[in-house]
Amino acid sequence: MSAVNDTTDAVEALNETGYKYGFVTDIEADTAPKGLNEDIVRFISAKKGEPEWLLEWRLKAYRLWERQQDEEPGWAKVSYPPIDYQDAYYYSAPKSVDRPKSLDEVDPELLATYEKLGIPLHEQEMLAGVAVDAVFDSVSVATTFKEELEKAGVLFCSISEAVEKYPELVRRYLGSVVPYSDNFYATLNSAVFTDGSFVYVPEGVRCPMELSTYFRINAANTGQFERTLIIADAGSYVSYLEGCTAPMRDEHQLHAAVVELVALDDAEIKYSTVQNWYPGDEEGRGGIYNFVTKRGACRGIRSKISWTQVETGSAITWKYPSCILQGDHSVGEFYSIAITNNRQQADTGTKMLHVGRNTRSTIISKGISAGRAQSTYRGLVRMQGKAGNARNFTQCDSLLIGDRCGAHTVPYIEVKNRSAKVEHEATTSKISDDQMMYCRQRGMSAEEAVALIVNGFCKEVLQELPMEFAVEAQKLVGLSLEGSVG
Amino acid sequence: MLEIRNLHARVDERAVLKGIDLTIARGEIHAVMGPNGSGKSTLAYVLAGREGYEVTEGTVHYQGTDLLDLSVEERAREGIFLAFQYPVEIPGVAGTTFLRTAVNALRKHRGEKELDAMQFVKFVREKQAELNISDDMLRRPVNVGFSGGEKKRNEILQMALLEPKFAMLDETDSGLDIDALKTVADGINALRDPARSMLVITHYQRLLDYIVPDRVHVLAHGRIVKSGGKELALELEKEGYGALAGAEAA
Ligand SMILES: Nc1ncnc2c1ncn2[C@@H]1O[C@H](COP(=O)(O)OP(=O)(O)OP(=O)(O)O)[C@@H](O)[C@H]1O
Ligand SMILES: [Mg+2]
Repeated sequence: MSAVNDTTDAVEALNETGYKYGFVTDIEADTAPKGLNEDIVRFISAKKGEPEWLLEWRLKAYRLWERQQDEEPGWAKVSYPPIDYQDAYYYSAPKSVDRPKSLDEVDPELLATYEKLGIPLHEQEMLAGVAVDAVFDSVSVATTFKEELEKAGVLFCSISEAVEKYPELVRRYLGSVVPYSDNFYATLNSAVFTDGSFVYVPEGVRCPMELSTYFRINAANTGQFERTLIIADAGSYVSYLEGCTAPMRDEHQLHAAVVELVALDDAEIKYSTVQNWYPGDEEGRGGIYNFVTKRGACRGIRSKISWTQVETGSAITWKYPSCILQGDHSVGEFYSIAITNNRQQADTGTKMLHVGRNTRSTIISKGISAGRAQSTYRGLVRMQGKAGNARNFTQCDSLLIGDRCGAHTVPYIEVKNRSAKVEHEATTSKISDDQMMYCRQRGMSAEEAVALIVNGFCKEVLQELPMEFAVEAQKLVGLSLEGSVG
Repeated sequence: MLEIRNLHARVDERAVLKGIDLTIARGEIHAVMGPNGSGKSTLAYVLAGREGYEVTEGTVHYQGTDLLDLSVEERAREGIFLAFQYPVEIPGVAGTTFLRTAVNALRKHRGEKELDAMQFVKFVREKQAELNISDDMLRRPVNVGFSGGEKKRNEILQMALLEPKFAMLDETDSGLDIDALKTVADGINALRDPARSMLVITHYQRLLDYIVPDRVHVLAHGRIVKSGGKELALELEKEGYGALAGAEAA
C-alpha cells in the first residue's frame, strides 16, 4: 500500500504549506483540508459552481448527519473498527499523476488479471490509465457512442455536468428516491458527493446501446461518494452497467455511493453491477468498505426495474438495491451473486416495497462463502394495504466452500393486503467431494472445478447480465475464489 | 502400461485392498468381477487418485512412472480415465460446458490450443451421434435428472472425447436396457486401440460378449483370487462367486 501512503503524504505536505489563507475563500485550492464541517461542504459546492438550492440541500444533509453521528447503523451482520470521519479528505481535484505511456509500463500482475478476465486490449489500456493519446482507438469508439446517444436524444453525462446543463431535471429527481435523510451513509453522501453519472432517456426512446460499453471506456476515477441518477421517461428503456470486472484499488477505505432510478409509465431500467473492489488480504487487512444505497422507483404504470449485481470485492459490503413498486402492474427484480472469500463480510439483499396493485417482484440471491468469510442475505418484502394481488417470489441459495465460513438468511416479510402472495425458498449446500472428484478426474484443477461448480450455482443470475459481461463475470467468479481450495 | 504390485489401501481407517497384483499391457482389456463390497470400485478410485483413499503398501507404475505420486488431475491429464459407477450431478453446469472445460484442460496440458464453443460443438457432434446422445442432453446440467442409461452413455461420451490411454469402466453396463447396452458396448469397442488399455468392472458376463477381454480377474475381500481368459466369466456366471470367495475366506 505504499502508493497510498505516498499520495497521503503528498496531500498532507500540500496541506501544511498551501492553506495559510484558509480554504473557504480560496476556492482556487485543489484540495480541502482533512475533516468534515459546514465549510468543507460549502467548499465542495463552490468548487463545482453549484446553484444555491443544491448547496442548501447539501447543508441540510450535513446538519442532519452531524446530529446523527453517534447513530451509525449497527444492525448489519458486519463488524469493523469505528471509522473516523474527521480523519479523511472530502475533496481533492483529479490527480494528474504520470500516466503510463503504454501497457509495457503497467504492473504485470494487473495485466495478468485483465488477461484472465479476457478484457480486450484497448480496454485494458483505458483501465490501466494509459495516457489517452496512446489509445486513440478506444477514444474514437467513445466518440462514436457519444454521437449515437445524442442522435437518440439520450442525455448521459456526469452529474456535475447535468447540474449545469439540465438543472430542472436534476432538481426534480435528485433525492426523490433516496432522500438526504434516508440513512446515515446516504445523508453523508448527500452532503459531500463529488461526482457520478446522470442518465435521462426521453419518452419512447430505447437507448441504442448498453450504457456499459460507453461507461467502461470512460471509467474514470469514480470517487468515494458517488451519486448516480437515472431517469427513464414514459415508454423508454435503458440498460446500464456500473463497475467493472477488472480489479479496482482505491486509497479511500470508505465508499458510500447513492444510486437513484426513476421509471415512469411503461419504462424499463436494467441496472447491472459488477463490483470488484479490493477485498483486503487473506488476513483481512486493507480492503474497501462499500456502504451503498441503491433504490429504484417504479413510479409509472407497468414500469420495471431490474437490479443485477455480482459482488466479489470489498472487505465489507453493505448494500440493498431496492424497488418501490408504486405504479400498478409494475415489476421489480433483484438478481444477486455475492462471493466472499478469506475474511470478507457481505450483508446484502434487497427491499421490495409493493405499493400499487398487481405489482410483481422476483428475488434470486446466490451467496457463496469460502475461507472465513461471512455472507448474509437480508431482504424485506412488504405488501402495503393497497397492493391488491401483488406477488413476490424469493429464492435464496447459499453455497459454502470449506467449513470455516458462514451463510445467513434474514428474510423480513410484511403483508398488509390479504390478496397479496409471498413465496420464499431457501437452500444451503456445499460443494461435495464427489463433485470435486468428478471434475478433477476429467483433468480440471481443483480451482477450475470450483469455478465451474460455482458458475453453475450462479447461472440464473449470470444469465441476467448483458452478454458481453456475462463471460467476464464468469471468469471473475473463478478468480475471486482462487486459493479457496486445496 | 500399468503395473500394480502388492497394493494395499485403506478407506476411512478400514483396509479394503489387501495386496493386489495386476499387470495390464498396452492395448489389453482386462475385466474385473467380484461380489458386492469386494473392493472393485475402491481399486478404481485408488488408481484414479481419489483423496481419502490411502495407499498403505505397494506400488503402481504407469507408463514407467510412479502413479501414486500424482494428483487426481495430473493422472487424468496423463491419460487415466474413470467412468464412474455413480456419475455425480452438477446443477447449473450445462453438459457442453463441462465437457469443453475437461477437453480444454487436457489440451492445455498437451500444449494445444483450447477450443472455443463453436469449435467444440463440431468436435463433439460426431461422437455424440455414435452414442445416441441428443443435443438436449448436452444442454441440460450435467447428469441432473438423467436416467441411469443416459448417465452411462454420457460417461462413454466423455471417454470418447478425452481419448484416454488407460480407461477404467466401473459397472458401465449396470442399469442399461438391451439396446443401450449394445450402444455403450459399441462405443467402447470403437475406442479399442492398440495404444489404449482398459479395466472393465462388471457383474455380468453379457457385457463381455460384446467387449471381449484379454483377461478376467475375480476380486474378493480385497484380493485377486482368480485370473483367467474370457471363459472365466462364463464359468462364474454358472457357478457364482460362492466357491471362490468362500475358499479365500476360509
Ligand atoms: N468411503 C468409504 N467409507 C467407508 N467404507 C467404504 C468407503 N468406500 C468403500 N467402503 C467399503 O469398502 C468396501 C469395498 O467397497 P467398493 O465400493 O470398492 O466395493 P465394490 O466391489 O465396488 O462393490 P459393488 O459391486 O457393490 O460396486 C465395502 O465394504 C465398502 O463398504
Ligand atoms: Mg463398485
